[in-house]
Amino acid sequence: MTPQLIVFLLLAALAIAAAVNVILQRQPIHSAISLIVVMIALAGLFLLLESEFIAAIQIIVYAGAIMVLFVFVIMLLNAGAEEHTNMSRMARYAGLPLAIFFLIELAYQIGAATVSWTPQPAAEGVTRGISMLLFQDFVFPFELTSVLILIAILGALVLAQRDEGVPTKGGQSEIT
Amino acid sequence: MQHDSLTAGGGRNVVSETIGQPSILLVSLVKVVVLLFLVLTAVAYLVWFERKLAAHLQGRWGPYRTGPHGLLQPLADGLKFLLKEDVTPAGADRFLYVAAPFLTMTLAISSIAMIPFGPASIRIFGEITPLVVANSNVGLLIIFAITSIGVYGVALAGWSSNSKYSLLGALRSSAQMISYEISLTLSIVGVLLLAGTFNLSELITRQSGHTWGILPKWNLLNPTFPQILGFFCYFVSAVAETNRAPFDLAEAESELVAGFHTEYSSFKFAMFFLAEYASMITVACLATILFLGGWLSPFPQIPALDWMRYLPSALLGIAGLALIIHGVRYSTILGRIALPLLGVVLCALAFLCSRPNVVFYVQGPFWFLAKVFVVLFVYVWVRWTLPRFRYDQLMRFGWKFLFPLALFNVVLTSFAVVMHK
Repeated sequence: MTPQLIVFLLLAALAIAAAVNVILQRQPIHSAISLIVVMIALAGLFLLLESEFIAAIQIIVYAGAIMVLFVFVIMLLNAGAEEHTNMSRMARYAGLPLAIFFLIELAYQIGAATVSWTPQPAAEGVTRGISMLLFQDFVFPFELTSVLILIAILGALVLAQRDEGVPTKGGQSEIT
Repeated sequence: MQHDSLTAGGGRNVVSETIGQPSILLVSLVKVVVLLFLVLTAVAYLVWFERKLAAHLQGRWGPYRTGPHGLLQPLADGLKFLLKEDVTPAGADRFLYVAAPFLTMTLAISSIAMIPFGPASIRIFGEITPLVVANSNVGLLIIFAITSIGVYGVALAGWSSNSKYSLLGALRSSAQMISYEISLTLSIVGVLLLAGTFNLSELITRQSGHTWGILPKWNLLNPTFPQILGFFCYFVSAVAETNRAPFDLAEAESELVAGFHTEYSSFKFAMFFLAEYASMITVACLATILFLGGWLSPFPQIPALDWMRYLPSALLGIAGLALIIHGVRYSTILGRIALPLLGVVLCALAFLCSRPNVVFYVQGPFWFLAKVFVVLFVYVWVRWTLPRFRYDQLMRFGWKFLFPLALFNVVLTSFAVVMHK
């Protein structure tokens, strides 16, 4: 076993264990923390694939920005422990077989695939390659996505401020 | 200006290569241990320095009784924190309550691994390595990744304590850190546009040279577009990001007891405390690297100024002599022994630094640490000068002033870079 393989197995095991833990935990905040661990383990896997840039961005964007908002909202609402119900009839008769079928399908496809599993190191630097892709080859879809996100933000603002009757001072709502 | 080499050269942190070579691992381990020791000592004495400076700014003496000039105060504080009772509040989420201070402390210290302290390579066990633990091509991004996770320490500490003051403090603090992180990141984009690299060592070497032979080409005074706005945004958001006055709303004593760490006692509290100072050091190092030319000397490299390389030993020697002269007349016996001894050590160091085969290695770290010290001085000075912001003022300042200003700087710098090409 090469050291790389050991590190890979450790990270993969961590990612899977944390992902399972997201579902098993009853406290929403514990689930959120587990999800952060998944993100960080994935960043480690990216590092192993020589993609330092993607690894750093993975942590900054997912673990550092998106999950912070998740945790923030959970704290703000002070959400308590959720109740786990027994499987509903829908889940038992439709969901479970479908999930098992999907798993078998996935395992079969991965087993049958004939791609090379060794990582191909980026020749001229990952950062440069990604910026070329984003800002030259796919610049139009990229900009379109930012407009889409802007629309989503505006929509959220409109929904949040609708018919409350109390105009918030300077658009700024007190948090504490 | 080479904009086409975003990741080329510099670091040799090819990950799988590093994992496979035990010699690199060993050298890294040595560097980590040495750096950890230095940083923890620096953090302990930064607390002493802040208390002393604050006291003198306010016309007081500060710590004076524990050892000569209170120099043993950090040791006494550490012992006190170790020996105090460790209380866990009822109804606390035990796992997260314990994990939060560890997380905060670990993250605060680990980002220092990316900081390069000097240009010269040193030799450990026959391996020639640079003066940095992790010379990564995306070093800057990794520091930001670590800082962006730092919010969790504060948020989880507040939430898991099961106390309203802690929760309110944590909410305030996380809202503040999220808001100011945006300005912090944007303020650096200008520097990145000028340098075209994420590697911290390369960021410094790109700043070498002088405009008109006098003015150093640091990013703060860059001839293409001086990053004065960027530096202002960086410094203000860095103060807010480390939760220090005038942005220390997370621990506004008059409203929230102590904010997110209200319920923490003993060494868990000490870890939050030390983490604050460790992140101060990181932020000051980063300001030095990004805007103040890192380890580069502010003076031009001309024969007339060749004697400048003896400046470190001259300063050390003067400090040592002053300590000896002051020490022999100190009021306590311990001081009369310890202070002159310290002075002799400093003089010996000064002599060592002036040796021809050492003087070259001292230059980089000397200028780097001198600049970091200046930034830290301003940091402390600001804290003990300005009153605390109100919460709505804080948010308005962050979103309506600092954020647009940082964006404006990015736009202006981009134009300047394009025009310059």
